[in-house]
Amino acid sequence: METLLSYIPLDLALIAENFDRFLYGVWVTLNLTFLSLLLGGLLSIPMAIARASKHRVFNPLVQGYTYVFRGTPLLVQTYLIYYGVGQFEVIRTSFLWDPVLSSAWWCALIAFTLNTAAYTTELLRGAIADTPTGEVEAAIATGHSDRSRMRRIILPSAFRRAIPAYSNEVIFMLHGSVIASTITLQDILGVGRWLNGRYYLAYEGFITAAVLYFLIVLCITWAFRRFERRYLRHLTRRDTGIAPHAASLPTPERV
Amino acid sequence: MNLLLEYQTQLIDGTIMTITLALTSLVIALTFGLLGAWAKLSANRLARRLAGAYTTIVRGVPDLVLILLVFFGGQVTLNNIGAATGLWGYVEVSQFAAGAGTIGVIFGAYFTETFRGAIMAIPRGQIEAGISGGMRKSLIFRHIIWPQMVRFALPGFTNNWLVQLKTTALVSVIGLQDLVYNAFTAGRSTDQLFTFMAAAFVIYLLLTGVSDLLLRAVERHYNRGAVRT
Repeated sequence: METLLSYIPLDLALIAENFDRFLYGVWVTLNLTFLSLLLGGLLSIPMAIARASKHRVFNPLVQGYTYVFRGTPLLVQTYLIYYGVGQFEVIRTSFLWDPVLSSAWWCALIAFTLNTAAYTTELLRGAIADTPTGEVEAAIATGHSDRSRMRRIILPSAFRRAIPAYSNEVIFMLHGSVIASTITLQDILGVGRWLNGRYYLAYEGFITAAVLYFLIVLCITWAFRRFERRYLRHLTRRDTGIAPHAASLPTPERV
Repeated sequence: MNLLLEYQTQLIDGTIMTITLALTSLVIALTFGLLGAWAKLSANRLARRLAGAYTTIVRGVPDLVLILLVFFGGQVTLNNIGAATGLWGYVEVSQFAAGAGTIGVIFGAYFTETFRGAIMAIPRGQIEAGISGGMRKSLIFRHIIWPQMVRFALPGFTNNWLVQLKTTALVSVIGLQDLVYNAFTAGRSTDQLFTFMAAAFVIYLLLTGVSDLLLRAVERHYNRGAVRT
């Protein structure tokens, strides 16, 4: 074992020594990613309903919002909020400045939330629009009101069918969260960059970060596969036991 | 607004750099994508395994981590190899080469999946018909596979390209003077970061909007013979 380790051209002892920092980085990354996914997910539900039901006022508004946020890089959105808003005296003197808009963590959270909300809205809109006509007709025939039809029939069905595409969004968001390290936050990549800068290294920090991200992606993929097996059971072919869209690493399409 | 005009050359240069970088990495990505799809669909087990490992690893690690690893680590590796073999002296990896190369290889993995799906969507019977009609492999590729593959791959291509164009913004982190970098430095020196980042925001929106419109037109062109269902 000793001899085997000595063949790896990395300073493993140094990585082990700083591993508690990396674990803290994992915590920051997961915290930011899942908090923004949660908030963005909650925001996206009413917006997706407005889009799918073609609401006269909200549909074009939401469509404009998703178009703008899906058409620009997350990095620029984050910079715009973190570096940009400080330009205005009004904001710098307002009550929002001190606890929220001057903090890198809050700015990253706001940018990530707005970004993922835009993608999730379009993804859910697609799932709602794809609801089988029979399900909707059955709901009408059994006397559901518009509201109860959406709440009891369409949304539960759409959420389930959106799971495979949403697993993709979760992984993209995890990948996107590395942008936090460009605005001084100590997420996984932030710690890796710190380690490399401090000890003047070229690989150790980045390779450790890459491995940690990869492991997190594997866990997410595994978790989604279990979700699908549970919630997409009714859409699963009995003979194979494989869901029609088994969860996998991100597919090329991001809505 | 006047300020933006004053710094317009910087913004234009940055935009040109962003477009050049995106197109260069697109060429690399398409090459890797075609090779990857070919390997994934080949009868050779080793080729399939290699392509599988490539797409799994690349899609599991965030782009910026790989860009930084290639830019900082690649330079050290190249120089170590050069020193050990004596084949070359001190080399410096440019930001452009590191950025275009890494983004190209990353998106090659996504294109691999797009192309593989597109080839698999072609009905097997058509290829068999080609074989029984005595067509050579190259002829089958040119007349049966390619025109349909393009049609099936275009929606995925559009999507990949838009994501790739936005991903190029990350090279500003390693100091390549692209749109984000130039807008940021201009904003810093004038203390008007919002104005300049907003300008970059609008330029990216224009770039993705125009690409989207153009590629949709191409999609219509390649779909002109297909029945709409």
